[in-house]
Amino acid sequence: MFSFCIRHLPALLIAAPLFTAFVVPLAGRLGSRVRAAWVALGAFATAGIGFALAAKVLGSGPVTYVFGALDHAQTLGAAAAFPIRIMFEVDAFSALMILISSLSSLAITIYSLAAESRQSGLDIFYAMLFLLVAGVLGMVATGDLFNFFVFLEISSLAGAALVAYRIDEGVAVEAGLKYALLSTIGALSVLIAIGILFAQYNALNLAAVASRLQFGTLDKIALVLLAVPLAMKAGAVPMHFWTPDSYAAAPSSVTAFLVVSSQASLYALFRILYTLYGHLLQFSWVTFGWFLIILGVLSAFVGVTMALTQKDVKRLMAYHSVSQTGYMLLGAGVALAVLGNAEALAAFGKTALAGALFHMFNNALYKGLLFLTAGAVFYRTGTRNLDRLGGLGHTMPWTMAFFMIGALAIAGIPPFNGFASKLLIYESVYRLSPFLSILAMVVSILTLASFVKVFHAMFLGPPRAEYAEAREVPRPMLAGMAILAAFVVLIGLLPRPFNDHMIAPAVEALLDRVGYIATILGGS
Amino acid sequence: MQMTKIVRTTADLFYPFCLTFGLYVVLHGHLSPGGGFQGGAVMATGIALLLVSRHYADITRYIRKNAMSLCEAVGLLMFIVLGLSGLVLGGSFLQNHLAGSGSWLFGSTVGPGPDPGTLATSGTVALLNLAVGIEVFGGLSIILLYMLSGLEEDTP
Amino acid sequence: MISRLLLAFPVFTVVALVILGLGAMLLKRNLIKVLMGLSLVESAANLFLIVIGYRQGGVAPIFTNVPEHPVMVLPTVQALTLTSIVIGVATTAMMLSFAMIIYKKYGTADVHKIKKLKG
Repeated sequence: MFSFCIRHLPALLIAAPLFTAFVVPLAGRLGSRVRAAWVALGAFATAGIGFALAAKVLGSGPVTYVFGALDHAQTLGAAAAFPIRIMFEVDAFSALMILISSLSSLAITIYSLAAESRQSGLDIFYAMLFLLVAGVLGMVATGDLFNFFVFLEISSLAGAALVAYRIDEGVAVEAGLKYALLSTIGALSVLIAIGILFAQYNALNLAAVASRLQFGTLDKIALVLLAVPLAMKAGAVPMHFWTPDSYAAAPSSVTAFLVVSSQASLYALFRILYTLYGHLLQFSWVTFGWFLIILGVLSAFVGVTMALTQKDVKRLMAYHSVSQTGYMLLGAGVALAVLGNAEALAAFGKTALAGALFHMFNNALYKGLLFLTAGAVFYRTGTRNLDRLGGLGHTMPWTMAFFMIGALAIAGIPPFNGFASKLLIYESVYRLSPFLSILAMVVSILTLASFVKVFHAMFLGPPRAEYAEAREVPRPMLAGMAILAAFVVLIGLLPRPFNDHMIAPAVEALLDRVGYIATILGGS
Repeated sequence: MQMTKIVRTTADLFYPFCLTFGLYVVLHGHLSPGGGFQGGAVMATGIALLLVSRHYADITRYIRKNAMSLCEAVGLLMFIVLGLSGLVLGGSFLQNHLAGSGSWLFGSTVGPGPDPGTLATSGTVALLNLAVGIEVFGGLSIILLYMLSGLEEDTP
Repeated sequence: MISRLLLAFPVFTVVALVILGLGAMLLKRNLIKVLMGLSLVESAANLFLIVIGYRQGGVAPIFTNVPEHPVMVLPTVQALTLTSIVIGVATTAMMLSFAMIIYKKYGTADVHKIKKLKG
């Protein structure tokens, strides 16, 4: 039984959230307690499967799973010289993303059990939430291009529905429509790119396409059609305009997961640049590396400067998440720029990539935590306007403590996890260009300044009369925040084991293009 | 809104055929072009025909949102349970463990070459078609119902 | 030459549809027309997939009416297109209901007047 479960972990990873999502409307008919119990069970099951799968991959190497058959050549016989079936390929980088998604989904589900209990239409809310989780998990686990498109669309659709969930006099629906429109255009562009690749190489499997890829004109077009929408979904700067709208309009628990969903797009972008196109002789790493670096610096700087002037606390945090995405793009860009130079890659390229991936993990934790605290404040006060908030430190001490942890982590202050990853990025980027490194530090200082302002506006000052009856939020919400806060502090105090056992294998997996292909096609 | 008697009678006459044809497309999905989604969409067209010809309040006495959302949930559940059954009885998620098993449930084997089509073939594919058909029928109908209920509020 | 052009004709149609769709999305003011533009782009993507799956002399893999010595095509792209159509239906339905709610709340479907979001 146990080994059976272990073997089928990749399938269960998708089946568990889907099953939870489909049963929620039925459980909802039996009453709200049954539904809450079912949702909690589903969240724990999904997260448990995610952790188990990640542990297996990090412990004993990449896992592949063929849907509908034992082997990709079964029933098609010798004609199937290429893997035509849907396959999952979970390597260490995917495992890292699965860890992020599982942890975050567990925390936000527990949080939303209390935070959303006053809303109507909860059946649909939870169904969509688990659909979003399934979509994101699928995006990071799949080894098939078209399957990736399907999961991208699932996560976009569920995300848009959740953004619009609080209709809020139409404003949330407007944000949801914007998100849905942009996601759909992006996804169609991805679909056309997949069509171009399929027409040339007769394969949809990522490894199979990667092993056959030339670098003709059509492939360049496909690369642009893939990279631009994924950068948009990740919230990189020239295409970041949807982030503040949808992050602010969505319920806070959903926003915390939308951050993870945009990082799944970032995962796909890295996967395509490194695994699909990387190491091609004609592929100019320097050009694309600098493309990512420029996107990253722009995102970091524009994001933080836009954030400084915001009045709405969730819009402010949304601009900060654009800015944090910049760090990841910067780190990955530096590594891509020196991909052809083995010496530089070993000297600082790997460190830069490790910084980027570590920052993805950390960002999901502290950014999620910050959005959850913003949601907690909104839950008690009913406003997100910084001018109208104040003095909440007297009545909501726990929320204040969690906010402080998140704010110090995002600013990169030493005992918290943001410092560990930012230090890796500063160090390695300095070797490529000292100017960029200094710029990244300036962004960090501006981030700190912005969060000091928010902290002051929300929690300090004399207690306000209109929030006299504001109390601490219910226990499940505190528990959700506590899970994330605990990991923020833990990773901040002990970054090395995390770096050695999770981040370093992920970096190796992302750079090992031949290994990724060999896992599916065999040989090397 | 309610349409003229001609439209209403035509809709009444045609919707059983729509449903039957939809069901045919669903059940023959593994033999001929068609399948769960297409058949479900055809069946939902029958519902759409009734919806546009009648008054919204009249029609919701016969076609309930609750029943349709039940259809949707049951279809989805059936799909995922079939997928999991492949995992338990076969060797992989969604594995077609019924095909060629000789079971009465779509398990007959057919020899190579053209034949007029045996319904009881293809294993779980036919069952998956049925699940998808039920789900799409419920899903599309509920979308239509919700959209129409929004329209009704505007034009009392 | 002419036969080559004829073979390329569907691809030109795809490009034309994409341009028309994007044009409608950028230039039209009515929300419903914007969504129609999106549908056009969607159809273009589906048509593109079908076009790349065309094989001269290939037979559709329908079991019950195959000829004597068939060369059947592997219907991967058709399966992809079908999936993409299903997803398209879901997106379109969701966005149309969003448009309905927006019209109800704002009293207009003009994209220039729908901007309560700012910042």
